[in-house]
Amino acid sequence: MARCTPLHAVHVAAGARMVDFAGWDMPVNYGSQIEEHHTVRGDAGMFDVSHMLALDLTGADATDFLRTLLANDVAKLTVPGKALYSCMLNEAGGVIDDLIVYYFAADRFRIVVNAGTADKDVAWMRKQIARTGANVTLDARRDLAMIAVQGPNARAKTWHAIPGSESVTAALKPFCAVEVGDMLIARTGYTGEDGFEITLPAAQAADTWTALAGAGVAPCGLGARDTLRLEAGMNLYGQDMDESTSPLNVGLAWTVDLKDAERAFIGRTALEAAPASQQVLGLVLLERGVLRAHQSVITAQGEGETTSGSFSPTLQQSIAFARLPPGVAENTEVEVDIRGKRLKARTVKLPFVRNGKPLI
Amino acid sequence: MNIPAELKYTKSHEWIRREDDGTVTIGITDHAQEALGDIVFLDLPEAGRIVAAGEECAVVESVKAASDIYAPVAGEIVAANEAALDAPEAVNADAYANWLFKIKPANLADVDGLLDAAAYAEIAADD
Repeated sequence: MARCTPLHAVHVAAGARMVDFAGWDMPVNYGSQIEEHHTVRGDAGMFDVSHMLALDLTGADATDFLRTLLANDVAKLTVPGKALYSCMLNEAGGVIDDLIVYYFAADRFRIVVNAGTADKDVAWMRKQIARTGANVTLDARRDLAMIAVQGPNARAKTWHAIPGSESVTAALKPFCAVEVGDMLIARTGYTGEDGFEITLPAAQAADTWTALAGAGVAPCGLGARDTLRLEAGMNLYGQDMDESTSPLNVGLAWTVDLKDAERAFIGRTALEAAPASQQVLGLVLLERGVLRAHQSVITAQGEGETTSGSFSPTLQQSIAFARLPPGVAENTEVEVDIRGKRLKARTVKLPFVRNGKPLI
Repeated sequence: MNIPAELKYTKSHEWIRREDDGTVTIGITDHAQEALGDIVFLDLPEAGRIVAAGEECAVVESVKAASDIYAPVAGEIVAANEAALDAPEAVNADAYANWLFKIKPANLADVDGLLDAAAYAEIAADD
């Protein structure tokens, strides 16, 4: 039986098409997925992301523990509310999950992990707490809901919908969050647009969703979320990386912080022993068709593979992420095998789209 | 659910219309287009190709997924809907007006063995 978020009944009542996603019954689209996508690029849309898990990590050793647990370095977080994107690696340097960690104080952090990996993430974290003997408490917050409001008008419409939110978030910088009563409002997202991710008590979720809809924020499903993050060049766990892949081979080297030579984070030894053997570039299909995951890419330097692909509503052509041999340059023509036919594609630097504008 | 009574159907969500010239016209049902979502690409068979019943002969791709389309009966492909190639979203707008391809069946009686609207309605309802 699939699990339901606190907004499940609202989605069903709105006539959303529901699908299983990582064991959760989630809306994939309400009407046209492409229209939902355009609404986020041009106005404001909202997503129920309550299937993701918020975790509170508190205790005297919280900072030291996270500096061991994560490949990115939380020591660079000094302003309360500041967020950091990081991979959590296993000893072999494989990606257990990618996550966002929010800093409130040296002994208090909020971590948000993916839905499909939540159980194994918590088990891994508890195992590492036991192994290191860190003086920390990890609290899984299934009592919370999360709503992502995204788009150029997302902030203004949120201010209209949530009384009192404007004064406390108007000065909020990108990738920063602020606690407002029992809500956490973060200027983060997974679409390449401005906006907020709002974490709030489950009991308030439906009223807040309805208020946002009343302020002109369009409900959007996971379908649009996927094409938006693809255009924005953002990886999806389980598709673009997993426990068998090094972050260095999936375009996430920028999130691995090796500056502090003393910091022995889990997976560091393995990463230092195995430098990147692949690079990630975007592909734009130059012929009719649709790029999908796991298609072979033929280049002058050898074969590669697509990891995510779809039709880009903004660019009106098909795009993909491809893991390619080192040495394949940007703006090179390559071929992709789609059902036995070789179609021409061009390599591009990621992302494809940012803040409503094509970058390719 | 929009399932015209005069058409024949398959379990794999194709509709089939018998034409006066002895050919059959094939498309995907309204239920199928709704499940696929926004359609962005069609790969249609070339005229002259001989197909077996149940053979994959076209692909309909939405933003979400690629879906194979099967020949409902054996025969020869006699036409593909070129206009639909340029405007695949028209299949979302009207799945019965915007056909995909036509077959000249090897044995026209094979069409009688396909599902009628009532039988297809049960399958679509269980989907």
